[in-house]
Amino acid sequence: MRVSRLPQLTLRTIALTYLTVLLLIPVGLILYRTFEHGIGAFWDSATTPASLHAIQVTLTIVAIVVPLNVIFGVFTALALVRGRFRGRGIVQAIVDLPFAVSPVIVGASLVLLWGVHGWFGGLAEHGIKIIFSLPGMVLATIFVTLPFVVREVEPVLHEIGNEQEQAASTLGASAWQTFWRITLPSIRWGLAYGVVLTVARALGEFGAVSIVSTGVSGDSETLTLLVANRFDASFNPFGSYAAATVLMGLALVALLLMTLFERKGRRA
Amino acid sequence: MTAISAIDVNKHYGDFAALDNVSIEIPDGSLTALLGPSGSGKSTLLRVISGLEVPDTGRVLIAGEDVTALTPQKRGIGFVFQHYAAFKHMTVRDNVAFGLKIRKRPKAEISARVDELLEIVGLAGFQRRYPSQLSGGQRQRMALARALAVEPKVLLLDEPFGALDAKVREDLRTWLRRLHDEVHVTTVLVTHDQEEAMDVADRIAVLNAGRIEQIGSPRELYEEPANDFVMSFLGPVATLGGKLVRPHDLVVSLRQIEDAVPVTVERVVHLGFEVRISLRDADGEELSAQTTRGEAARLDLSEGQQVFVRPGHPAFDADVAAPAA
Ligand SMILES: Nc1ncnc2c1ncn2[C@@H]1O[C@H](COP(=O)(O)OP(=O)(O)OP(=O)(O)O)[C@@H](O)[C@H]1O
Ligand SMILES: [Mg+2]
Repeated sequence: MRVSRLPQLTLRTIALTYLTVLLLIPVGLILYRTFEHGIGAFWDSATTPASLHAIQVTLTIVAIVVPLNVIFGVFTALALVRGRFRGRGIVQAIVDLPFAVSPVIVGASLVLLWGVHGWFGGLAEHGIKIIFSLPGMVLATIFVTLPFVVREVEPVLHEIGNEQEQAASTLGASAWQTFWRITLPSIRWGLAYGVVLTVARALGEFGAVSIVSTGVSGDSETLTLLVANRFDASFNPFGSYAAATVLMGLALVALLLMTLFERKGRRA
Repeated sequence: MTAISAIDVNKHYGDFAALDNVSIEIPDGSLTALLGPSGSGKSTLLRVISGLEVPDTGRVLIAGEDVTALTPQKRGIGFVFQHYAAFKHMTVRDNVAFGLKIRKRPKAEISARVDELLEIVGLAGFQRRYPSQLSGGQRQRMALARALAVEPKVLLLDEPFGALDAKVREDLRTWLRRLHDEVHVTTVLVTHDQEEAMDVADRIAVLNAGRIEQIGSPRELYEEPANDFVMSFLGPVATLGGKLVRPHDLVVSLRQIEDAVPVTVERVVHLGFEVRISLRDADGEELSAQTTRGEAARLDLSEGQQVFVRPGHPAFDADVAAPAA
């Protein structure tokens, strides 16, 4: 069946308008504002000590959270799909908890637990600072990104079944060899997507992280927090646009790296 | 010598006995078929032998060594799955080389062995393809090469041709028979297809509801079935006077003869050389007799005609089969 020309044009126009208004204009506007005074102005604003520090904090959080989530996510998914243990239902529900709980509540609960007056508040007296410092922000980010890898890997594990793994074991492979040579390569699509989602969320998380951060530029502030801080607290909208552009750049780099890694994995 | 023995193996799933005190010995170099209806426990027995399934009680010996406590990894077996279990992310070459790489054989040796095996299974030009670029039959031959690469003490095949269409199945089982004659590795083949079992195996174990009903050569099973189950599973049967008879062991006569039962002709079907005569006895039970074209011509049966049947063999009963004078 052929959609006649007029409705087809109308559909296309609607779709394009929708994308333009909702996505392209806001992003484009930020890019325009960022570069309207030239590259130099952007560069100056993106390399202030506070900005460099925020980039460093953000990348550190990503570098810690992603490997932890990959390891935890793959093993949890394996346990959920292959395991036959009591309490699977409970684990399933717990994994989805971060989707259900508002990030602000996550932040607040971390303060209750790790803050000076919290259960583990004693740590602060020994000079180990969790809340209002990097460890707290890492904990908050782990909490909100926890389901991504599990939920992306799980259906792939279901789909591939366990016959390939059984075949590997009959061919003499140990459980560990089977995992590295058969299971991991088979789930790499799901895993890669889970990592992309994790990175994107870790870069962009605001609610949970803002509660456990001091909110002082150059102290414990991520790039996302810096964008917000410059925008309303410091009356520096231009700085805010510049930081936002850096943030988008980082997300883009992560996506590209993942795609490259994927391509290479497929060819090997 | 015995290549595989399973001794008093029991396997339950909940209350259900998938294997009920099964014992079997598989002679060295044989090609044995485990034959039985769906759910009879064939796969379970094969998986217990392979170590992929752990029996509740009982022991498994491979080449005289008690392997009951060993994982599949340590049993020195080759296993082929119904749905190929091809490593989808590896080329044909890497699939076949897998077991050898795990064993850390020298590169040159692996390469030579893989080439040799792909030659044997007829996939010589397919080294660089991925499993998704192969037909079902080719995938299964790759899986066989992969299993054979590690020189297993025994080769275990779980309905290897079950997912293929009839023509390919037939070709592959002839091919498997030839392969076995060349390679001589002790092979156990699971199938629910009696024709396949009779065609390739030199020994058949018939399973039913988790038990072994009979073990023997195809001919023994066909000619001297231990019970009605084996008899009916190994070929077509007709019930005559409460007893099972093969349709080609029925004598059809136009006149009343000794021990014969009166029946009505329902249909006469010409199947080339053979002719199948569908009959109905006085109780309304259907049975069919099978005879030759010449014999059918002589009888010249028509539908609705009253005739007499009895067990026997037409060749030895020419007189009774002759039309009444
Ligand atoms: N993991 C399992 N959990 C519960 N029951 C099982 C399991 N595996 C097998 N069974 C049961 O054990 C019985 C034997 O299964 P098995 O797979 O050995 O049958 P089979 O003879 O290979 O049949 P088929 O020809 O259909 O493959 C079946 O009734 C099956 O339902
Ligand atoms: Mg089976």
